[in-house]
Amino acid sequence: MRVVGKPRRRVDGRAKVTGQTRFADDLVLPRMLHMKLLRSPHPHALIESTDVSRAKAHPGVHLVLTGEDFPTSFGILPITQDEYPLAPEQVRYIGDPVAAIVARDEQIACEALELIEVRYRPLETIASPEEALAKPEPRIHAYGERGNIHRLQAFQFGDAESAIAQSDYVFEDLFFYEGNTHLPIEQHASLAALDADGKLTLWSSTQVPHYVHRALARVLRLPASQIRVIATPNGGGFGGKCDVCNHELVAAKAALMLGRPVKICLTREEVFYMHRGRHPVLMKFRTGVTKDGRLTGMHLQTLVDGGAYGSYGVASTFYTGALQTVTYELPRYQFEAARVFTNKPPCGPKRGHGTPQPRFGQEIQLDKIAERLAKDPAELRLAMLAKPNSLTANWLRIGSIGLEQCIRTVVERSGWAGKHRKLPPGRGVGLACGSYLCGAGLPIYWNKMPQSGVQLLADRSGQVTVFCGATEIGQGSDDVLATIVAEVLGIDPTEIRCITGDTGITPVDLGSYSSRVTVMMGNAAIQAAEKLKVMLAEAAAEELEVAPDRLQFAGGRVSFDSRGLTFAEAVVLAEAKFGTLGTVGSYSPPRSPGRYKGAGVGPSPAYSYTACVVEAEVDAQTGWIRIPKIWIAHDIGRTINPVLARGQVEGSVYMGLSEALMEEQVFRRLPPKLSGALVHKFPSLLEYKSITSLDMPEVDTVLIEDPDPNCPFGAKEAGQGPLLPVAPAIANAIYDAVGVRIDELPITPDKVLRALQLKAAGKPARIGPDHFPAVPYPAPLIVPPPWEGGDGKEVKRDDAAAVV
Amino acid sequence: MKVVHLALSVNAEEQSCSFAPYKTLLEVLREDLGLTGTKHGCELGECGACAVLIDGEPQLSCLVLALECAGRSIETVEGMARGADLHPLQSAFADFGAAQCGYCTPGILLTAKALLAHEPGPSRERIQEAISGNLCRCTGYQQIVEAIEEGARRLSEEQAR
Repeated sequence: MRVVGKPRRRVDGRAKVTGQTRFADDLVLPRMLHMKLLRSPHPHALIESTDVSRAKAHPGVHLVLTGEDFPTSFGILPITQDEYPLAPEQVRYIGDPVAAIVARDEQIACEALELIEVRYRPLETIASPEEALAKPEPRIHAYGERGNIHRLQAFQFGDAESAIAQSDYVFEDLFFYEGNTHLPIEQHASLAALDADGKLTLWSSTQVPHYVHRALARVLRLPASQIRVIATPNGGGFGGKCDVCNHELVAAKAALMLGRPVKICLTREEVFYMHRGRHPVLMKFRTGVTKDGRLTGMHLQTLVDGGAYGSYGVASTFYTGALQTVTYELPRYQFEAARVFTNKPPCGPKRGHGTPQPRFGQEIQLDKIAERLAKDPAELRLAMLAKPNSLTANWLRIGSIGLEQCIRTVVERSGWAGKHRKLPPGRGVGLACGSYLCGAGLPIYWNKMPQSGVQLLADRSGQVTVFCGATEIGQGSDDVLATIVAEVLGIDPTEIRCITGDTGITPVDLGSYSSRVTVMMGNAAIQAAEKLKVMLAEAAAEELEVAPDRLQFAGGRVSFDSRGLTFAEAVVLAEAKFGTLGTVGSYSPPRSPGRYKGAGVGPSPAYSYTACVVEAEVDAQTGWIRIPKIWIAHDIGRTINPVLARGQVEGSVYMGLSEALMEEQVFRRLPPKLSGALVHKFPSLLEYKSITSLDMPEVDTVLIEDPDPNCPFGAKEAGQGPLLPVAPAIANAIYDAVGVRIDELPITPDKVLRALQLKAAGKPARIGPDHFPAVPYPAPLIVPPPWEGGDGKEVKRDDAAAVV
Repeated sequence: MKVVHLALSVNAEEQSCSFAPYKTLLEVLREDLGLTGTKHGCELGECGACAVLIDGEPQLSCLVLALECAGRSIETVEGMARGADLHPLQSAFADFGAAQCGYCTPGILLTAKALLAHEPGPSRERIQEAISGNLCRCTGYQQIVEAIEEGARRLSEEQAR
């Protein structure tokens, strides 16, 4: 490897430090107008009438749009097309958009918003999952399982309950993970305009230009060929720009109607309403363990608070159980999940998508198991690790697993053996692990086409241009793309021009989500670059009179021993020999062996693994928590650029820590005399607490390289997996420090203090949920695991007994 | 609409501009002077993304009226590089992974520049304190702090030459 693995300045580094990166709100076009959305002040209401006449008459207003202008619904998943660009009849959360003003400037647009008169008939607010289960009416949506239950899922991979019943020990624990939001520092912004040829272009801070493209075609009822979506570099995404957003669709419609460019930038408050962040999840884990510390079975139930719309929620709900099987050997597994609608901003995918919540529960429960069995938590885990190249109980195919090395690394570097249960009172260490996807195995909409495509052009100047729909959200996807092409062609990444995230000129890539970009785009890029290399080698070989396969591509030269050409000379020869040079590559993930309904969520070309040790100090007088240091080791397969990889890992640690200690997207009820409605507790950056540079501990990061054959040069993901173990490791460290269990997030000083008071009173020293409501889970789909004679399909209930 | 005419000194250049008197410095920089390197994340003084230097001191441009800036020297990220050469802080940020999405970067660069003007070799704690008003969601701050340390080294080497 000449480029891969070497620390380098990212290819777009200069633009970012000079302020030249053009984010969506930095774009300005001649004759551009500005748009503002009117949002519902009610969490749940019917719209009785809307009068826009005064707003229309306001000087400087060019257009007013309402729900009537948008007859077609949309939604990111084909099965939940439950949103309208502007709500036509019913509003479902505070902030649901109901009207739009397009005006000469933002000031005028804001003034005109005040002139729109909407008469609402407030409906009772559904505030929590418990309320959603208890109150089928008023229904937030007319679709779903029933009442306010959006989705129910139930699977049985072997008879987990009987395995648990026959175990030496049974552990039953409840956990709660509070919702939180992405908080990208860049607010969402979009600019829509008609090109000179009459086609529509939308520039937007989106992680998924391809999905926005599809939604625009649907909602605007335009051929997709007439629409171009350009994803501007995102000023942070974290999943918050993965959904199709109302404002994107409305701005596009306005530009089409007016024939003028229309821009909108959300305010910070609106970004909190847009949300699509971490689902609050209540979890119940029943786990059976043998006395020597092997898992016999697990029964996991989750209750997922979806907020007001579907978003990615069906997938998120699957993910609250899909990956419990990929870290440790689990012979039998039962998983039941429910997602309910509530009158809060819609939840969706945030870094780790649905998996940090159950990972939090599982890793704390393992700490409790280790304590009960008097085993070291690291040793307990090391003895039960999933095996490489194996199938899990729920039919996921695992490739390489670097988790053993990750655990051993953090244990050694943190001095774990000398610290765990050995530090003085008030100080402790905790350990946890995690695993994440390297790209979802299936696209969001069913199709047989590649999930990522790359096109390469090379010309006689020696210039190489690479086109890909992948989206630069700060994670460094352009750098990965340039590095991989450069490695194959033996040139420097800075010599490559990346054109990305533009549905008008780049091959389709599904977007920057599910940690898919390095693996999927990377494999497609290798394929395209290898094809170009073959052509260059053939042309150069003729000139140099050697066999093509003996040529080396390195250092900007194509050579054999002392004979050689510059890369540009080789391109000239190839262009002369073959004509204009262009190649393509594409990637589709391997087919997953699971064949049951629901098997589509969880498969991935590879899984990354992480282990983390956290040291914590807890002040017994105040409950104050200080984290002096975190050690993390991440199985990245192969590092493409260590500077960026480390940044992804540390950024994940930061976000996990911030969620663990302070972040919460929470709501409060107004007093009955003020309608009793549900309002956002603090939709502001000041009061929504997140970790600052002063709170951030030292992080010791180690990248473990266990290359996976499905990945480009073996490289797995790094942007989401490392978040997963951080929160449970903190909870476990706090237990080690002061002997209290905080089984819910965030872990705040007041909770620690309450737990310490319980402990002092001789009561169970635990803060966390104390009951799991009755959820009408359906009878589970019965899928025998591979070692019980299954073939990856569900079996009928009658046959199930025979198989078991 | 009533507008005010003002000469502003931005990045050591006199800029004559006309704008509505309620406009913040952030808005005038971005909308009237086309200097979009200065970012916004809240426009309420909460995130630090819009930090610029006014008479050498970091200020949140979303909380400053442009009207107040007559006769004062304003520096934005566009003014940091020396011609085509990056400022040592900029090159250190690019080399050390301090800019991921790059959105908080301009505000942090300028805050760091002001710190180094007062303290050429600040401790890690002083750096963390100086940028504690600048939120970054990408990096976890560690690579930013290291880049500022490296920028300080590069700057002092440069000054020693």
